[in-house]
Amino acid sequence: MKRPRFGRTALAAIGAAAAVVLAACSTTPAGQQASGGATTAAGGLQPVTLQLQWFTQGQFAGYLAAIDQGYYREKGLDVRIKEGGVDIVPQTVLAQGQADYAIAWVPKALASREQGAAITDVAQIFQRSGTRQVAFADKGITQPGQFAGKKIGNWGFGNEFELFAGMTKAGLKPSDVTLVQQQFDMQALLSGEIDAAQAMSYNEYAQVLEAQNPATGQLYQPSDFTVVDWNTDGTAMLQDAIWASTDKLSDPAYQDRTVRFVAASIKGWAYCRDNVAACRDIVVKAGSKLGASHQLWQVNEVNKLIWPSPAAGAGTIDPAAWAQTVNVARTAVNADGQTVLTKDPDPEAYSNDYVTKAIDMLKGEGVDVVGTSYQPETVTLNPGGN
Amino acid sequence: MGSTRRLRSAASAVAAFVLLVVLWELAKLVLPDAGVTVGGTRILPRTDDAAMPHVWTVLARLGAPEVAGAAEPRAVGAAIASGALFTLGLALGGLVLGGIAGVLLAVLMQRFAVAEKAVLPYVIASQTVPLIAIAPLVAGWGGKIAIGGWAWEPWASVMVISSYLAFFPISVGMLRGLTSPREADVEMFRSLAAGWWTTLVRLRLPASVPHLVPAVRLAAAAAVVGAIVAEISTGTRGGIGRLIIEYAQSATGDPSQMYAAILGAAVLGLVAAGAVGLLELALRRYRGSVA
Repeated sequence: MKRPRFGRTALAAIGAAAAVVLAACSTTPAGQQASGGATTAAGGLQPVTLQLQWFTQGQFAGYLAAIDQGYYREKGLDVRIKEGGVDIVPQTVLAQGQADYAIAWVPKALASREQGAAITDVAQIFQRSGTRQVAFADKGITQPGQFAGKKIGNWGFGNEFELFAGMTKAGLKPSDVTLVQQQFDMQALLSGEIDAAQAMSYNEYAQVLEAQNPATGQLYQPSDFTVVDWNTDGTAMLQDAIWASTDKLSDPAYQDRTVRFVAASIKGWAYCRDNVAACRDIVVKAGSKLGASHQLWQVNEVNKLIWPSPAAGAGTIDPAAWAQTVNVARTAVNADGQTVLTKDPDPEAYSNDYVTKAIDMLKGEGVDVVGTSYQPETVTLNPGGN
Repeated sequence: MGSTRRLRSAASAVAAFVLLVVLWELAKLVLPDAGVTVGGTRILPRTDDAAMPHVWTVLARLGAPEVAGAAEPRAVGAAIASGALFTLGLALGGLVLGGIAGVLLAVLMQRFAVAEKAVLPYVIASQTVPLIAIAPLVAGWGGKIAIGGWAWEPWASVMVISSYLAFFPISVGMLRGLTSPREADVEMFRSLAAGWWTTLVRLRLPASVPHLVPAVRLAAAAAVVGAIVAEISTGTRGGIGRLIIEYAQSATGDPSQMYAAILGAAVLGLVAAGAVGLLELALRRYRGSVA
């Protein structure tokens, strides 16, 4: 009988495979180097990590601009951005201490807070909701009451509560409509599988307007659609806010860092208000895969959600809007019979202390923090967003 | 494996691809644009260009610029190729990690019957936990780890998740292989006063090769799937999984770019399977060496 040994050839093959892997590992793209947990970095800057909700795109232009324009650096911060993913929950990442700050929608973050995540809203960047329900004009859907008997798209996963609040307000139950789970794209609306589809004004709505209308051979026009806007319906909820760790906020050093971080972020957003095209370029440079005209649209639409800001300044949490958000979160019942919150959040859920100091800081620098005279641009979308 | 046989298997792989293309185009040609729906339930997908682009549209897309207006424009094909390479590296890393874990587990389970009884149910149960539940956990734990000044990088989470899928077929296949020698052979080793280690190295490991190779092939495919899903789940930049979802975001008007990325992922799977073929070649002499 032959007695083979598990020989050198095999070991060499395994070794070679391991070498390939190691070589692959060292090709980490630039800009992803961790800043580590140290409290100081090169040049005396404090490392700060910011967790986003999604991939780099115009929705986060202000933070990217604050990095690009050196606003964080001016405030002694070395900010590293962590992009989101399908299963990354920013407020959880923040609560676990994996990031210093996180961008998250208020209702979703409050739901996490109710389950024990110690996080505080320290700046309400988006003052208005970007969620819309879009339908073809010939369907005659201009208000939530007309959803009855229609196929209504929604993303679920906590993104659907404004829709259910609007329907409840209009006297409809979830069972009065046919709910359809939406994908990332808007094909289902265009093909008629959904009568009214959920869309963010800055993203999915633009996708529809970047698609070709087979009837005309041209791109779809805004006049082809009707849009239900939850802001005017009174059931809107607050969205992108900067969240900080509640526990760490008892530390004066973190308080100070929070003020500087919020100030530089708002300065970044003010830059994007006044330099829409430059911000588009910053976002494209940061690695977004969405086309340039789509990105310009996105920055412009996001500006509309921020500016003009309350008289107290951008990022200020408006108690009335907060109360409306909490009210919807407590009363709107989704198809599973759930509400976002079961009780009112405690007073520590938000604080205007830091943003107020940040606004004072920016006023001292002569930054326009209200944008009273803000006028949105008119963006022409190209096919496919290019 | 003879060269004719290798040629034949390559030819059949090409034929299978052509068949797929023909089927795709045939479906577009024959089936109605709106698909087939029976009693409100869709049984066949929509086949219009917005849902199923022509194969040539997808291929043509590979040459188009990826992001209009980018400072350093690159073609979609180049982006997909570099993403696929990145993912391949992570999947191979996951395969090696998973392979080491799987083999060690199998040896442990072969050596100690009590270990097999204790561990095997958990090995099987591990595969019933959905990946999307594990991915954020791994990313979360990983962020707390720093090994000797090296801080955990997002790609490391992807590699670990990929290895989580890869170790399973290897541990099960390896265990089968290690226990495959005939009782007579094992007893002969014992009669020659060969210890456990000698029996392992000279009898059990060579005997396990015919079981190991198909297991590694399964594991390689699982590692690629794991890496792609983990990239999507954790949003790790640089790989093909992230590209698929980013392209999918702008698929409303023209999904061909997304399909181009999916095509890239499929090619990636084939390359990974091909790499296992190399391993098979290296271990060829052990095939059937212990009957």
